[in-house]
Amino acid sequence: MRAGSKRKGASPLLALPALGLFAIFALVPMIVVVVLSFTYYNGISSPTFAGFANWSRFLHDSTTHHAIWLSLEIMVLSWLFQTPLALLLGVFVSGRQRYRAVLAAAYFVPLLFSAAAIAITWRNLLDPNFGLLANLTHRLHMSWFPTSWLGNPGLALYMMVFIISWQFIPFHMLLYQAGARQIPRSIYEAAEIDGAGRVGQFLHITLPLLRNTIVTSSVLILVGSLTYFDLVFIVTGGGPGFATRILPLDMYINGFERSDMGYASAISVVLVTAALGLSLLLIRVTGFGRFRSTHEGA
Amino acid sequence: MTRHTVMRLAIVMAIALAALTAAATAASKKPTLLLWTIQRTENSVETKAAKTYKPASVKVQIFANDPYKQKIKVALGSGKPPDMFMNWGGGGLKQYVDARKVLDLTPFLNADKAWKNRFFNNVLQTAAFKGKYYGIPNVGMQPVLLFYNKAVFRQNNLTPPKTWDELLSVVKALKTAGVTPFILGGQSKWPDLMWEEYLVDRVAGPQAFNAVVAGKKNAWMDKGIIKANTMLQQLVDAGAFGNNFSSTTYDGTVTATLLGTGKGAMELMGNWEYGAVLQNSPDTIKNHDLGWMPFPAIPGGKGNSKNIAGNTSNFYSVAAKSKHPAAAVQFLKKQVMSPAYVKGLIALGNIPPVKGIAKQLSTGANADFTTWCYKLVQSAPNYQHSWDQVLSPDAANTLLTNLDRLLLKQITPQQFSANMNKTK
Repeated sequence: MRAGSKRKGASPLLALPALGLFAIFALVPMIVVVVLSFTYYNGISSPTFAGFANWSRFLHDSTTHHAIWLSLEIMVLSWLFQTPLALLLGVFVSGRQRYRAVLAAAYFVPLLFSAAAIAITWRNLLDPNFGLLANLTHRLHMSWFPTSWLGNPGLALYMMVFIISWQFIPFHMLLYQAGARQIPRSIYEAAEIDGAGRVGQFLHITLPLLRNTIVTSSVLILVGSLTYFDLVFIVTGGGPGFATRILPLDMYINGFERSDMGYASAISVVLVTAALGLSLLLIRVTGFGRFRSTHEGA
Repeated sequence: MTRHTVMRLAIVMAIALAALTAAATAASKKPTLLLWTIQRTENSVETKAAKTYKPASVKVQIFANDPYKQKIKVALGSGKPPDMFMNWGGGGLKQYVDARKVLDLTPFLNADKAWKNRFFNNVLQTAAFKGKYYGIPNVGMQPVLLFYNKAVFRQNNLTPPKTWDELLSVVKALKTAGVTPFILGGQSKWPDLMWEEYLVDRVAGPQAFNAVVAGKKNAWMDKGIIKANTMLQQLVDAGAFGNNFSSTTYDGTVTATLLGTGKGAMELMGNWEYGAVLQNSPDTIKNHDLGWMPFPAIPGGKGNSKNIAGNTSNFYSVAAKSKHPAAAVQFLKKQVMSPAYVKGLIALGNIPPVKGIAKQLSTGANADFTTWCYKLVQSAPNYQHSWDQVLSPDAANTLLTNLDRLLLKQITPQQFSANMNKTK
């Protein structure tokens, strides 16, 4: 669709069922959460009005501030780690050779596991007493090699970024694979005639033409990182200390472990607003909303 | 994971089925009581108590441990609770009591002294607030003791420490020998608390934590608490917990295996660790290499060295909104901790919190261990229920996080007290 075209879309009626579900399961709870953020509520007794108490606590709670900082850190690190790897892998497996298809299938496996299974597996692999890594370093008499990966406050967050990336890179690889396969052969053939090498083709054809895919993938990583919860919850539970207590976890701990639903609601309002704002901002900045087609003749 | 889920489902379905058939055959005049509990080894005893009860038909519903906490909270809050529900006493139960969701059992207990006197009073207190009783114990007691591997002590010519100084020198010797002195599942955080409870008790006496519970001002700033935490950090510095404690989880397998195989020499843990060692390292028990002792004395401290800490018991409470409160109380009186119930618990290795069963215990399985624990509790001037279950959920959570940070040396004992002082 060209920008500015006045073509009519499908009938809005088709969106009704989806909109209905969205209203019941997303909009209404969101409104309730906003209301709850102005109350004291322990989940048992009825909520009582608290004014701005939860919000003023949000401005002063150093644990929550630390959690926000960690969430930003994990967002940036995830993007830096996942994007290049997923891009290269995706372009690689977009080739039609058989061995690449086999490798693609292998890389794809982590995506099929549930987050809980991944979390428990990694926790066991990294266990300092009986884990694979500890076992290996013990057998090789490498006692200098650190074994307390998840127990070291300085390392735990990086380990989490690694595990999260391990889970999600296959998905982004898939996006890039699909994107790369859409690039017409003819462009590469023309470039070859002009004498462009493999690296040149990648830099000047693949990369620019994958622009939309890069934006899509980045939006998913950046916004998605605001909702990371399950992996961190199971692997470290936010510890050691506050080392991996990211904002969604801080919300959970406040709401369900400390029985302070009012404050947890305030945090969740911030999370929703941040995710929405970030999506809008990214769409604006990258021109996602008025995508130019990267296809021939469109 | 999935096998467990399938098994749980199967268990729950089997019990639901049993309950359904029981309900169908029951006379229609009988009141129907709903009992909620968590999945645990004692389920067989609980369901038997329900099934064999004639005056009412009692339906038992069993839930997995962690989801149950949410489930019961929602049920009590929404006003459609079960008639009776299992709980952990302490601060969690107090929340429901404060919200007037729980029936006061005091008049019933006072009307029948024989019933009240059946239980250890220090256990009943866990579910009592402002002199009123809200819960009846339903499983065995879980005191925390110091387990040790006798073989490790033999090989290093060491004797189990009875005092703090002996403990420090044993730590030093074991460290030189390349053995982790104390196994600690620090990633799970609550095992840290056992150290805290004992050190504070020995140094400052039970009154220090009692002041916290009573809501006294600056109770956490007590000099004894700060001193206990300084000693705890000294232990960390001395390498008493090894290098990996902060990434070691307590899951019922790891620490028991470390202890049984002698990779670690000692472990401060609840009495259930005996069963865990039996399961994961049976030879250790067979060879009589598992030892146990009370927490060492700290000379000059205010706490009696016979004081203990741990979980006193779990409890049944009656929901205030139950339609048959009298029938529910009657069921608790007749069936819970009845002779048959106690016998069932002992067969499972439990140590029921009822008086006069030392003889009965000595004929049960693992009698040397269970009778030792029973006497330990009997002679304890103070039995401190686990702090995280006494405090409000908010304070309990802050406590565990701050203990974690204290052991990581991210905060000082003074900061610990200051942080805790802010909780309610």
